[in-house]
This record gives sequence, structure tokens and C-alpha cells, in this order.
Amino acid sequence: MVDRTQPITRITTFAGWGAIALLLAVSLGSLLAVWLNTDISAGFTPADFRIIRFTLTQAFLSALISVILAIPLARALARYDFRGRQLFITFLGASFILPVIVAVFGILAIWGRSGLFSNILQHPLNIYGLTGVILAHVFFNLPLATRLILQGWLSVPTEHFRLCATLGMTAKDVTKHIERPILHATLPAAFLTIFLLCITSFAVALTLGGGPRATTVELAIYQALRFDFDLPKAALFATFQFMLCTTIALLVLSFSKPTRFSIGLDRPAKRWDGQSRFHKYTDISLLTLAGLFLFLPLAAILIKGIGHLPKLPASVIPASINSLMISLTSATICISLALIIASLIIRLTKNSPRTARAIEGISFLSLVASPFVIGTGLFIMIFPFVSPFKLALPITALVNAIMALPFAIRIILPTMQRAEASYGRLADSLGMSQFARFRLAIWPRLKPSAGFAMGLAAALSMGDLGVITLFASPDNATLPLTMYRLMASYQTDAASAVALLLITISLTLFWIFDKGGRIEHRIR
Amino acid sequence: MKTLTFFAVGFGLACATQTIAQDKPELTVYTYDSFVTEWGPGPKVKQAFEAECNCTLNLVAAGDGAALLARLQLEGAQSDADIVLGLDTNLTARAKATGLFAEHGQQKQDFNIPIEWHDTTFLPYDWGYFSFVYDNTKLENAPDSFEALAAMSDDFKIVIQDPRSSTPGLGLLLWVKAAYGDRAPEIWSGLAPHVLTVTKGWSEAYGMFLEGEADMVLSYTTSPAYHIFAENDATKSAALFNEGHYMQIEVSGKLAASDQPELADQFLAFMTTDKFQTLIPTTNWMYPVITLKDGLPSAFDTLIRPADSLIISADEVEAIKKEALEEWLTALSQ
Repeated sequence: MVDRTQPITRITTFAGWGAIALLLAVSLGSLLAVWLNTDISAGFTPADFRIIRFTLTQAFLSALISVILAIPLARALARYDFRGRQLFITFLGASFILPVIVAVFGILAIWGRSGLFSNILQHPLNIYGLTGVILAHVFFNLPLATRLILQGWLSVPTEHFRLCATLGMTAKDVTKHIERPILHATLPAAFLTIFLLCITSFAVALTLGGGPRATTVELAIYQALRFDFDLPKAALFATFQFMLCTTIALLVLSFSKPTRFSIGLDRPAKRWDGQSRFHKYTDISLLTLAGLFLFLPLAAILIKGIGHLPKLPASVIPASINSLMISLTSATICISLALIIASLIIRLTKNSPRTARAIEGISFLSLVASPFVIGTGLFIMIFPFVSPFKLALPITALVNAIMALPFAIRIILPTMQRAEASYGRLADSLGMSQFARFRLAIWPRLKPSAGFAMGLAAALSMGDLGVITLFASPDNATLPLTMYRLMASYQTDAASAVALLLITISLTLFWIFDKGGRIEHRIR
Repeated sequence: MKTLTFFAVGFGLACATQTIAQDKPELTVYTYDSFVTEWGPGPKVKQAFEAECNCTLNLVAAGDGAALLARLQLEGAQSDADIVLGLDTNLTARAKATGLFAEHGQQKQDFNIPIEWHDTTFLPYDWGYFSFVYDNTKLENAPDSFEALAAMSDDFKIVIQDPRSSTPGLGLLLWVKAAYGDRAPEIWSGLAPHVLTVTKGWSEAYGMFLEGEADMVLSYTTSPAYHIFAENDATKSAALFNEGHYMQIEVSGKLAASDQPELADQFLAFMTTDKFQTLIPTTNWMYPVITLKDGLPSAFDTLIRPADSLIISADEVEAIKKEALEEWLTALSQ
């Protein structure tokens, strides 16, 4: 911090630690609340260890396959420019933000026993089992992996590629000098994010897993909390999940190696490598395959829902408004927290890199936390003071913000680090005030990432069916909850229409914030 | 950023102050999700009860039957709930053990259910039989017992619900146990190849069946009535099993800590009158617990009526459940 002429105001630092405290209160505090409400007397049985083993196996395979498939896909998107590319990239995110139950039905419409492929093959496919679980998890997470890797790819200053072209480098050389270092920096975090997401999978794993073999820790937590009301067992599982995931997170993050690319001039990226006919054809076929894999289930949901739109019940209007309010509030909170925490991490990196690392690790916490435990813990904390129903919407917005925070930080932090490294000193030497410094030097470079993060947070919150189930009264139901309640009253047709409405709103929100086109550096 | 924070805080306050002061007494009823939807009994029950109680009836949805009990245990005696509507007899012993419920205090009544009702804490409001539902245009000879089902070819698939997260799933577990006792593990091994998958709750399983993923789904004998009545679709049938069918009797109870005990009593009495009961068949798709003045809707005439009604008494459920769950997990995890 010696190279600053402006002293750092205390307020921003306080805000940073405040944000961390909030994150900790919601993720760890809620777990603590569950613990304190119980007598500690639980222990693991052999059956529990089977559950833990299955949880880890499916999460590892899902994350590995998602990331491996995402590498060529991201590369194709980075170097092959085609009409509709931005739209493709936006819609790529769609499967990630789908409510679980909708996605499962979409996948079954394509891969199920009476799905598209079974009809074409005239023989029922049976995906139930580990295959089904991994298929669904890759469907969910391939887009996220692709976006995270693509973001790293596009962060390479275009001047580097120009230099490569001038030096007559082949695609192989570019891979060695540019792509591999970029992957080294982005892959571990992408893998980790997806791994942790899959750890807390529950309905997908059970439904497509074909039976109790496919029981995950999250189901055990749900069972303990909602079915047996065995709080000690729930707390034990949740704590174990926490510790295990934290260990894995630290391990994986230690593999990540930041890039040391120099600064560019923010010109639009242009690639000279990988333009040969061979590369073009492989890129095109890759994009087509991935497109079919990701968009066919969505098309199925669209086709199913569109005919039933007239059956939409009147209650979708207040539900949509509730969902939108929650979603926008949640995205706002999420992005504010992410910016505050990211700048705290950057500020700490110089003088106390260990603390910075630790905070980066903490920012993954809410991914590992079970939504059921968070919900129950908050319930225990709030209930003595005020009726949880009255706080249903703000609580849901806050929890959703915290749940989306790991993604937001993951998206924002690298860009902010780069902007800081490139222009921070210049801004300091110009003696800019903090606000001007952020507005002129950092924000323009951060905008695309911030938009993506905010879109993601908004859309994720829109489709969430976690804490709201514990807090909602009939009057403040959200859209996913309405959909679920319709399904529970035989109204599957109306539910499919609500699903379509939900996806449309989520995607629109995502598109507005993300605007596909802004994923590249286009400052002027 | 500050404006954003203000926005968030303002939004929170707006939500917190939403409740408008009411001078009428309020009765709060915790129930399951499907009860409160526009298609469920909720809105009509509210209208009918408020017409005679000079009060406000708050129906609060809290997941399914089991989640309902967990919610109540979480809230304890401070709960706002005066009545809990939607537990079934597989849960009543656990519910009673919490000590949160008071005696229902209603006069003994002869209910139109296949068993004698002696419970002094919980009152039944509807009942039905679990059964497997199939599409009669695709399947001509439905299996007529668990053994016949086990003997079907391996590509005959059923979807069931997980007994660890769903009340029908638990019902099936107890059904097999009640019908076969110690032979239950053997029956489950026979069924295992046919179990396409196990879902978290009824909705997912039934949705998968409607999409054609499985040949049969665990539901109720009354499910076909919905399709006939609401969709004019007679293609769904329930398979009649020789072993008899396990019953689900849904009950309500009064909370000991209720601040509206008189209103709660009034509601419990109302619940077993024709006004409430007549709503049950075509909104909750279950049987009413009294003989209705106007009889059952004609869609119910076509339904199968099991000769034997199976049920495990509430006090035995807890012990049997544990053992049955172990057997189920072992058989299906092979």
C-alpha cells in the first residue's frame, strides 16, 4: 500500500469485513444455531459412509467431465466468431439457472425411457443410475464451466495473439504459451465450484440415480431435518460436509496459478490462430453437439409449456412479482457484497497474502452449506423475535444473495485483479479520489463481469426453491413454489406453463444484465 | 452502493410491515402445500368457515405432512399455529410424543372409515388407499399383487417415493410390511428390478408417470377420479391388489398452546360437518370421513374398492418403520 498517495478510507475496509461477517453469519452461524439447539450425541453408521462415498464419487466425476468438456467448448467460442454467438453464449447459461425439477423433466424428455432418443432408437434408454446423475450434473454445470474458462480466455489481451501471429506461431504454440497458462489459472476454481455444487445435489441425484444407492449427504440432511426431526444428525452431517469441502477447496485452490500476462489496450479480441479449415470444422461440430445437448431439453420444456399457457392460474402474477423483487434485491445485495469482498481481497493481497487467501476460501463457504441447514438455522435464530413469515421475502433475498456470492466473487475477482494490476497504479499516481478511481479505472473493465455475475445471481435467485419453503406463507409464494404446489395438486399442465414463464423471466433477467456482447472488452 | 443498500433495507421494512391490523380473531392452521392452492380445499374451506365463525382463517402451508410436524417441533410452544391439519396416522404417535397437542375434545362420532376411531388427540378429516396407478390403454392386465408385480418382465417399471422424504413412500413401506410381515425383505428384492427410480416426493413421481417414464406409479386409488372429473380422461386406473391396500388417514389436531382454543374447537367440529367434507372428494381427491348428503361425485363410482384395508396402528408405526426402512434400503441398494 506504499504506492498509494491516497490513504485507504476506513469505511471501505470496514465494509469489507462487514460483508465477510455477514457471509459467515449466514453460512456458519446458521449451522451453529442448529448445533446449539441439540444435544450432541450423534454418530455415523456404516450406511452413512456409503452415502458419503456416493456423494463424493458423483461430485468428482460430474465436475471432472464438465470441466474437460468445457475446455474445447470454451476454446471454440473464443476463437470462432459466428453470427448469433453472443446469443448462444447467453442461452448457454440457461440450463445452469433452471429450477432442478424443471431441468429433470427436460432431461427426461430427451434421454428418458419415453424421451426423444428412446423414440428414435425404438428402444427405451435407461439412464437411471450414476449415468443419469452425471448426465444431469454435466447438463447443469457445463455452461458454468464454459463461461468461467471462456472468461479467462477472453481476458488475454488481444495484443498477445497479434504477437503470436507475427511470430508465426501455430495453434499448438498458442496452446503452449497462452492457453495452458490461462487454464492453469482458471481450471482449479472452475472444477472446485462445480464439485461443491454437486456435493449438495439432492433431488437430481435421487430422481435420476434410480434409488437409495444414489443417496447423497444432502438427502440425509433433509431426512434428518424434515422427516425425522433429528437435529443432531443433521448438524453432524452438515459439519462433516463443511470440513470435508473446506479441505478439498484448500487443496484444489493450491493448484491454481495466477497468470502474469501484461496489459493490453482493451481492443476487441481477434484471433489469428486456429483459423484453418480443420480447426473450424472441429469447432463447428463441437458447438453443434454442445448446443444440442444443452438446448434440446430446453426446447422440450418450451414445447410442453407453450400449449398450456392459457392454463396459467391468476396466482402467478403476485408470485412473479414476489420472485422478481426477491431476485433483484438478491442480485443487488450479492453484487455489492462481491465487489466489497473482492476489493478487500485485492487490498490484502499485497501486505498479507495469507489472509487474502483465507478470505478467498471463505467466499466458497456458502456453496458448501446445505440450504436446508441455512434455512433451519436462520429459522431458529429469527423465530424467537419475529414471525418468520413476515420476513420471508427479505430473508430469501439475503440467503439467495449469499448462495450466489461464490459465483459472483469467482467472476469478479480475476477481472478486478487485472484491472487493478493494469490501471491501479496509474490511477493512484494521478491522485484520483476513491470514487473516481473506481469509476474511471476499475469499473469499465469490471462491467462485463459484474453484469454476468449480477445476471447469474438474479436468475439463480429467481429459480430458487430452498429457504423459501420454510418461510413462505400462501400469500408470499414465489414462482418456483407456485409451480411446485401446482404439481402437488395434479396440475401438471399448469405447472409446465409456470415453468416456461419462470425460465422466460429468468433468462430475460440474465440477458439484460449479461447482454452476451459485453463479455468482451469493448470500452469505447 | 448506498442507494442500493437503502433499497434493500426499505424493501425489508416494507415486507415486515405488510400485515394490517385486524380486529377479528385469527385462527392459524398449518397444513401441507397442496391444501392451500387454488385447486386444493383451502380457499373454499376458508370461505365456508369464515362465513360462520366471525374470524379470519389463516391457512399456512409448510411443505408436506412430515415437514409439517418438523416445522412444529422447530417452533415448539411458541408456534403461531392453533391447528395442524394434514398429519397422517403414520405420524400421530410422534406428534403426540412432542406434547404440543391437546385433546381434541370433540364428541365421539361414527366416522365412515374402515376402522374404528379411538384417538382422543387427533380427528380424521379424509382418508384413502395407496395403490399403483397405470395407464389402461397401455397395460391390459395390471398385476394384482406385489408378487405378481415382482413376476412381471424386467422392463416393467414402477416409480415410487422415498420413504425417507415422502409420506406416500413411507406408506408403501408399511403396506408391504403390513401385508407380508417377515417376508417383506423377500418382496422388496422381488420388486427391486422393477423400481425405475425413487423420488423425493409424490409430485415428481406422478409427473414422471404422466410423462410415460414408468408403467406404474405409487399414488392413491382415488387418483383416477381426478383425471375423470377434471380432465374427462378415463385412461388412468388403479391396480387392485389381493393383499389389501394400506390406508392413509389424514388428521387434524389442536395445539395445547393455542391462544384461540374456542375457535380451534369450532374449527375441528366444522371439519367433520357436511360443509367441509363435501369439498374433500374433488379438491383433495380423497374420501370424506362422513357419509355426504349428496353422495360422492360420480367419478368415484368407477374406482376400485379394496376388500381388505390394511393399517398399522399409530403406536406401532415408529418401531416397525425403523426395521422396514433398513430392509428397504438393503433390498434396493443391491
